[in-house]
Amino acid sequence: MSASENARPRVGLFVTCLVDLFRPSVGFATLSLLEKAGCEVVVPEAQTCCGQPTFNSGDFKDSRDIAANVIEAFEGFDYVVAPSGSCAGMIREHYPELFEDDPAMAMRAQHLAKRTYELTSFLVDIMGVESTGAAFDGTVTYHDSCSGLRELEIKTQPRKLLAAVDGTSIKEMPGAEICCGFGGTFCVKYPEISDKMVTQKAAEIVESGADYLLAGDLGCLLNMGGKLKRLGARTEVRHVAEVLAGMTDQPSIGEGER
Amino acid sequence: MQTTSHSFKQNARDALTDVQLQKALSKMRPGFQQKRADAVANLPEFEDLRDRGRDIKNHVLENLDFYLERFESNVVANGGQVHWCRNSEEARQTIMEICRSVDAKTVTKGKSMVAEEIGLNEYLEEHGVEPIETDLGEYIIQLRDEPPSHIIAPAIHVNKEQVVEAFRKKHTDLPPDRPLEEVGDITDEARTQLRPKFFAADVGITGANFLIAETGQTVIVTNEGNGDLTQTLGKAHVVVASLEKIVPTLEDASCILRLLARSATGQEFSVYTTFSSGPRRETDLDGPASFHVVLIDNGRSAMLGTEYQDMLRCIRCSACMNHCPVYAAVGGHAYGWVYPGPMGAVLTPSLIGIDEAGHLPNASTFCGRCEQVCPMRIPLPKMMRHYRAKEFTENKATSQVRAGLRLWSYFAKRPWLYQQSTKLGAALLHALGGKRGRIAMLPLASGWTSVRDMPAPEGRTFQQLYKMSGHGKKGDAR
Repeated sequence: MSASENARPRVGLFVTCLVDLFRPSVGFATLSLLEKAGCEVVVPEAQTCCGQPTFNSGDFKDSRDIAANVIEAFEGFDYVVAPSGSCAGMIREHYPELFEDDPAMAMRAQHLAKRTYELTSFLVDIMGVESTGAAFDGTVTYHDSCSGLRELEIKTQPRKLLAAVDGTSIKEMPGAEICCGFGGTFCVKYPEISDKMVTQKAAEIVESGADYLLAGDLGCLLNMGGKLKRLGARTEVRHVAEVLAGMTDQPSIGEGER
Repeated sequence: MQTTSHSFKQNARDALTDVQLQKALSKMRPGFQQKRADAVANLPEFEDLRDRGRDIKNHVLENLDFYLERFESNVVANGGQVHWCRNSEEARQTIMEICRSVDAKTVTKGKSMVAEEIGLNEYLEEHGVEPIETDLGEYIIQLRDEPPSHIIAPAIHVNKEQVVEAFRKKHTDLPPDRPLEEVGDITDEARTQLRPKFFAADVGITGANFLIAETGQTVIVTNEGNGDLTQTLGKAHVVVASLEKIVPTLEDASCILRLLARSATGQEFSVYTTFSSGPRRETDLDGPASFHVVLIDNGRSAMLGTEYQDMLRCIRCSACMNHCPVYAAVGGHAYGWVYPGPMGAVLTPSLIGIDEAGHLPNASTFCGRCEQVCPMRIPLPKMMRHYRAKEFTENKATSQVRAGLRLWSYFAKRPWLYQQSTKLGAALLHALGGKRGRIAMLPLASGWTSVRDMPAPEGRTFQQLYKMSGHGKKGDAR
C-alpha cells in the first residue's frame, strides 16, 4: 500500500518504554516525522511496554498479558509505528507466536503484526519518503541494531534517509552489523561478556572517525553511549529520529547541560 | 566427557582475562565471516538449497525409525555391521570390543565430536589402547591434553608458539636444533609423526557427517585427507555417529554437502569428501577387513517431538559459532562441554540437562546472527528462549531474576501505575545524572555501571510531556 492509496493514515505511535523514560525527545522526533509524512498520529495512553523483557526471560504468561494490552490499545489504527526495531520486531515476529494456542488472540495478534513498523522502514517502505528535509552538520556512523536488521531487514532505509539530510555524511564502520552487547537483561546478567562486546564496538565506532553514532534503538544507544562516555570518547550519540527530524536541541545521549 | 557448563560464568571470566586466548579469538572474525559471505554471494541458489536442506532433515526426523532401519539393512547388505547404542557407556564398550576383536594396540582417529561426547579417548587409554588423533588441530589439542574449542577448528584457541611448545615437549625424537619457524615446518613435523602411525594402527575410527539410508554409506569431509588414511589402513573401520546424521538418498547428501563447506569455511566443497561403503571386497586393492557403524542415541531420540527437535537438523558446520559475538568473546572452552557457541547453547542442555547447562541458553543477546547464517535454518534463539521458559516455569531462574520480572510485569500490566512510576523514575534518575547527564554508579544496576555509564533520562517522561503539550486531548483510538 502506498501513501497515495490512503491519503492520511491513522498511526498509533508506540513510544517504547525506554523512549518514554529516558529520551522523550525521540518520541517527539518520531511524532514530527510521522506528521510531516502525512500521518494522523495518536499516542494511546494505555501503552506501557511491548513485553520483550519478560518474553526473552522465558516468562511467556506475563508476556501474553502485556501483549494483550498492546493489542487492545493499538488495534484500531491503520498502522502502528515504533522508533525501535526491537519493539516493532517483538510485535511483528513474536506476538503471533505467543498466542499460537489461542486462535482468537492469534488472529488479532497477526492483524496487528502486519501493520506494525519500525520508524525508518515505515517512512521509506510505506510512506515513500525520500527526504525528511532536515539539516544536520556532521559525519555519522550507523549501528544496525540486531532485531531491526535481522527480524525486519532494516538496513538501507535509515541510510537512505540520512543520505538526504543536508550536511550529513555517513562513515560506515566494519562491524556495523555486530551486536553491541546490550541484549536486554544480558548486559546485567553477564556484565563481563557484555563489556567485552561493547568495548570492541566502541573501538570500532571511534576508529570510524565519525562525530556521531546513530542507531534506531535506544537500548543499544544507551549501552554504546554509556561505554563511549566511560572511555572518555568524544563521539556523540543520538537516535536516528532526532537527526532525521532536525530535532537535535537536546544534549546528545549521556551528555549533560551545555 | 567432564562438563564445566555449570560454571560458565567463571569460565567466561577466565577466558576474558586470558590474553593469549583473546588474541587468538580476535583473528577469527575476518576470516570465517568474509569467506562464508563470499561463498554465499557466489551461489545464487544458496537460499533455495537451505530450504531444501531443512526440508530433507525435517522429513528424516519425522520418519527416523524408517530411515535408520533402511540404513542398517543396506550397511549389512554391503558387508558391514550396525551397533545400536543407547548411551555413552554402551558405545564405548562396543568400540572397545571391536578393538579387542582385532587385538588392537593403537587406533587412529579422524575428528569426531560424538567421540568427544562419549569420552572415547580416555576410555580406550584406560583399557590399554592408544588413540591417535590425526586431524592436525585435533592432534595438537590431544598433545596439549585438552578438549576441542570449536567444531571445525578444534585448536583455534591455540597460537603457533603453543603448537611448537607442545611438539617440543611431546615429540621425544625431535632434535632440539630442528627449526619450527614456518607453518610448513610445523605441518611437516606433524606429518613425520603421524605417517607411521597410520600404517601401524589396527583400527581406524572416524565420525560421519552423513549416513545415507539408500546406500548404507557413511560420509566424512576433511581438508587434510587424514580421514581417508584412517579408514582404509586399519584392519577395522569404525564409524561413530549419532542417529540424527541420517539422510534418505545420495542426492540429499549432495544437497546438504553443498551447504556444509560453504557455511563452514567458505569453500565450495571440502578438499576430501569420502563415502565409505563397507569393508574391502575381494577385488578391492585396499580397505579394512571389517566395517562397523556405532550408532549412538545418547539423548537425541528424547528430543524428537519436543520444542528442540529442530536442533537435530544441525550439520555441525560451525557457522553459528563463527558469527556469534558471545563465542567471539569467550571462546569454546567456556561453554564447558563438547559443543560450543549457539548450537551448543541448545544441544548441551538437551543432552546433559538444564541443571548442568542452564547458563548456556541464557548467555545470548538474541542478536539472531546464528539463525541468520545457519544453513539448516535452525531457530536457535527461539529454542534458547524455550529453555529460559522451562527454567522460569520450573522455578529454576534465580529468585532475583524472578522478582525483577514479576515487578516489571506488575507495572507493565497497569498503565496508570506504570506512568506514575516512570514519571518518578525519570525525575529521580535525571537528578542523579546531574549536570553530567550520566550516572557513573547506580547500586541496583551495578552490572551496568561497573563497566559503563548510565546515560541519564531527560527528566520527564514522553507521556507526561505529551499531555502537557496538549496533543493528548485527541484521545485514544478506542
